[in-house]
Amino acid sequence: MEKYSQREIEFRFKKSREEMRSQFISFGLMAFLTVISFIAVGVGFPAQFVIPFLLLLAVIQVLFQFYYFMHAKEEGHGVVMGFMYSGLFTAVLMIIAFLTIIWW
Amino acid sequence: MSHIDLTGKFTIHNWPERPEIATQEGRNKLVGLWLFLGGETVLFATLFATYLALKNRVPDSSHPLTQDLYSLPLVFVMTAVLLTSSLTSVYAIHHMRNFNFKGTQLWFAITVLLGLTFLCLEIYEFYHYVTDYGHTFRSSAFGSAYYFLVGTHGAHVAFGLGWITALLIRNAKRGLNLYNAPKYYMASLYWHFIDVVWVFIFSVVYLMGMV
Repeated sequence: MEKYSQREIEFRFKKSREEMRSQFISFGLMAFLTVISFIAVGVGFPAQFVIPFLLLLAVIQVLFQFYYFMHAKEEGHGVVMGFMYSGLFTAVLMIIAFLTIIWW
Repeated sequence: MSHIDLTGKFTIHNWPERPEIATQEGRNKLVGLWLFLGGETVLFATLFATYLALKNRVPDSSHPLTQDLYSLPLVFVMTAVLLTSSLTSVYAIHHMRNFNFKGTQLWFAITVLLGLTFLCLEIYEFYHYVTDYGHTFRSSAFGSAYYFLVGTHGAHVAFGLGWITALLIRNAKRGLNLYNAPKYYMASLYWHFIDVVWVFIFSVVYLMGMV
């Protein structure tokens, strides 16, 4: 049974190629952010500046992974991203708790 | 659609645009896997929290600290390899959605090779720390926290390699269908998550360890 006509298939391939192009651009940006973080440490900027900067770049990279590489920007990801963000919320709480309770 | 022949013969003309969620099983797997990844986030958070609390806590000055141990060029290569393997698994899923079975298998195989390279580099790194610095799991609180965090990530890489390799071998003669398409897709999501964790490991453990 043929569900899609030849024209529909060509349209799909075209969309798919465009999708792949945006994936490749996000890869380029992630590689760029990685290089920037290594340079920031290599150059030896002060720690008060480098640490928040590294965390910011890491968060941006992870959002690219989620929304582009893991396709979370496609429809039907509302509930699953709810799981992920609750996990991240717990994660942040846990790290703050460990860092503040243990040595202070 | 009341009945879908999961393992029937497919062509590009009846292959769904999003094969991984064309079936109820696929949709359930997507929800289940993301729920699992949310849980994994919490697991890794506990390990990161332990590491940050115990970083550089050593009994005396004979033990190496982060700045003595870490080598940024090695970490940079490991990061580049893992990030590239994330891109190759995106290519594999791109081909899967376009009903290109050979492309799917080829790009997943490249992903496995890159993952294996990463794992070898990590084993070399641990070996180097243990033999040249005496930095072991039991040598200090810092050592325990470091190996537990980075080692758990390495174990996830090893598990992911086994998972993807099993899929490649098991489906080698089957071709793509709606039974195995969700399996490939979920393996790729897991693989991306491994890279997500690594982004924080190279930033928080290695780069911040050198600041």
